[in-house]
Amino acid sequence: MLLSIFKVLVFPGLLFLGTYSFLLEFIDRKVYARMQNRKGPPWYQPMADMLKLIGKKVIVPRNAQKFVFAALPTVSLAAVCAAFLCIPVFGSTAITAYSGDLVAVLYLLTIPTLCHFLAGYNSHEVYSTIGAFRTLTQMFAYEVPLFLAFLSPAILAGSWSISGIAAFYMAHPLYTLINIPAFLVSLLASQSKLERSPFDAPEAETEIVGGALVEYSGRYLAFFRATAITELTAMASVLAALFLPFFTGSVWLDFALYLVKTFSIVLVMVLLRATMARIRIDQTLKFFWSILTPIAMAQMILNLLLRGGLGL
Amino acid sequence: MSDYREKNKVVVQIGPQHPSLKEPGSFKITLDGEKVERAVIEIGYNHRGIEKACESRNYIQALYIIERVCGICSHAHTSCFCQAFEEIAGLEVPRRAHYIRGIVGELERLHSHLLWLGVASHEIGFDTLFMYTWRDRELVLDLLARIGGNRVNYGVNTYGGVRRDLEPELMQDILTVCDLLEEKLKYYADLALTETTLIARLRGIGTLLPEDVRKYSAVGPVARAAGIMDDVRITEPYGVFREIAVNGITDDHCDVYGRTLVRVKEMLEAIRLIRIMVKEIPDGPISVRPPRKLPVGESLSRVEAPRGEDIHYIRSNGGESPDRVRVRAPSEANWHGMSHMLEGFQLADVPIIIAAIDPCYSCTDRAIHLIGDGINQLTDWAQIRALSIEQYKARGIDPGSIKIREF
Repeated sequence: MLLSIFKVLVFPGLLFLGTYSFLLEFIDRKVYARMQNRKGPPWYQPMADMLKLIGKKVIVPRNAQKFVFAALPTVSLAAVCAAFLCIPVFGSTAITAYSGDLVAVLYLLTIPTLCHFLAGYNSHEVYSTIGAFRTLTQMFAYEVPLFLAFLSPAILAGSWSISGIAAFYMAHPLYTLINIPAFLVSLLASQSKLERSPFDAPEAETEIVGGALVEYSGRYLAFFRATAITELTAMASVLAALFLPFFTGSVWLDFALYLVKTFSIVLVMVLLRATMARIRIDQTLKFFWSILTPIAMAQMILNLLLRGGLGL
Repeated sequence: MSDYREKNKVVVQIGPQHPSLKEPGSFKITLDGEKVERAVIEIGYNHRGIEKACESRNYIQALYIIERVCGICSHAHTSCFCQAFEEIAGLEVPRRAHYIRGIVGELERLHSHLLWLGVASHEIGFDTLFMYTWRDRELVLDLLARIGGNRVNYGVNTYGGVRRDLEPELMQDILTVCDLLEEKLKYYADLALTETTLIARLRGIGTLLPEDVRKYSAVGPVARAAGIMDDVRITEPYGVFREIAVNGITDDHCDVYGRTLVRVKEMLEAIRLIRIMVKEIPDGPISVRPPRKLPVGESLSRVEAPRGEDIHYIRSNGGESPDRVRVRAPSEANWHGMSHMLEGFQLADVPIIIAAIDPCYSCTDRAIHLIGDGINQLTDWAQIRALSIEQYKARGIDPGSIKIREF
């Protein structure tokens, strides 16, 4: 009992999530800066930013519903934390592994996006409203290819649990190669889900001044920021668990592997962010629906056929 | 102007304070969904009374004010003002001074266009290119600081020539920087031609067709991107450009993408010109002594600033200070077509379309007071042509006698 509480709260649960998210944010910012020929922040900068924000005054817009305005940041952070507990980090099994947790994770990771939308809509300000609608539009763009791409390895493995999928690919490591197109699709879709360049139209600061969160300040904004960075960690972890399911059997080695995998995924995401211009929201929609969705669908059909053909 | 509100239409107020604007200016954008239906532009937040300030000081003091008309193209403005002064005074500027003016002017074009490229890529969320171009711009700024002692207001120009000579080792360093920059600029040109997201964001937006360019009298890279060659260095060569031919750069995209290509290619052309000028620079004095007072007269002079055609007008009544000074900065000509450029495109394109004319707000802002109805008089093309030939002859220049060398 005490051990499970420790697992959930400290390691590999929430405290680890927080610490590791700060680290990944630092890596993200530092590598991004180095790619731009800048020096970049020191290692403690993400924490310093967070502490500073928490200490700042909170201003709630007069037209906003106060309770909703205050609850949204907490809800979105809680959703990401809940999702993270279903993802294997320490070893190949998650803290709370159950049948169908992949679907639960997908839905839990949708909540922050919806919170973003509601936050913008509830602020009753023109920039935040436009940002909110862009957030929602973008969600309709990436959600289908992302879900299809995430479910493809699950179909091949015949399990709806992330830990179960990991166990399947541990037994058949070569089958992971089949999922490479789905991996690429989900990398791009995650980039869009995290609202990172080139898919950062919902928060384009030079167009709509930061989008849905314009009116947020102080600790509420800090919670939204925390959501953003923990979401990055959670997405990188899901991608690592689904598409790079290489395990050794020893928990500590597996943990080291997990770190390497998530690091590499974040590095690829930084590379995407650094080398492209922000594309318009209509271009995002077109890109996802006309290119990525067909690829993801083809992958899914392929995996269905293979599952029958391989006699698994 | 009053608020433009209709049912189901959103009015987005961009500015006077907005992250995409570097200076205050107000844009009321009426949106239909994400599409811009109407754009109302209000400038005038930055009126400084420069012209009046010049008129109430003597010529030497006025020159230092003119240098501060623009924060980027300070040299173009003083060149233009000095030309007008020299014409009234009848000063013969030494050739070496013309070359130094030319070199500094082209260096300024490099730094202005690099700045623009950075700002534009920031507007479309391509911060990496922004950081790269501003890093490279430092090379030019360091050179300018060595030439004039300042990064932006170099104070090189004076009436009758220039104030600072170029030492041989400095010219060697200019050539070194040119080599470094050329390599990088070729990379940016390549990037502009191949990078998919960049092209997707720039192509087909902010269109201004050649007939619209004429209608709204747009100048500079905006006109040249529509295939209209209006480079003053070519259409009415001045200073060093009466000796050295400039390769005009035009493009037929008519959009923001075309303006980007024009600016990138102009930077390569500027490097070519700097190399020639450094090689061909003659020895001799760098200035002649200007008079303290100007004779009665007036003059209009044109210079190709990085943003387009810059026009200065001086009228003298024989005193120590000008009777009337008029500065028509290039951005002033480009504002007229802005509503037309914005309408029909998306909100996401608004910042980059505004940035594509490389707007300079404070250079532009004037207080104009119309007395009566004004004079309503149209002059046709033949009359303008006859008048300008007459005026050239009055200035002692035979337009047919100018010999420009090709390099």
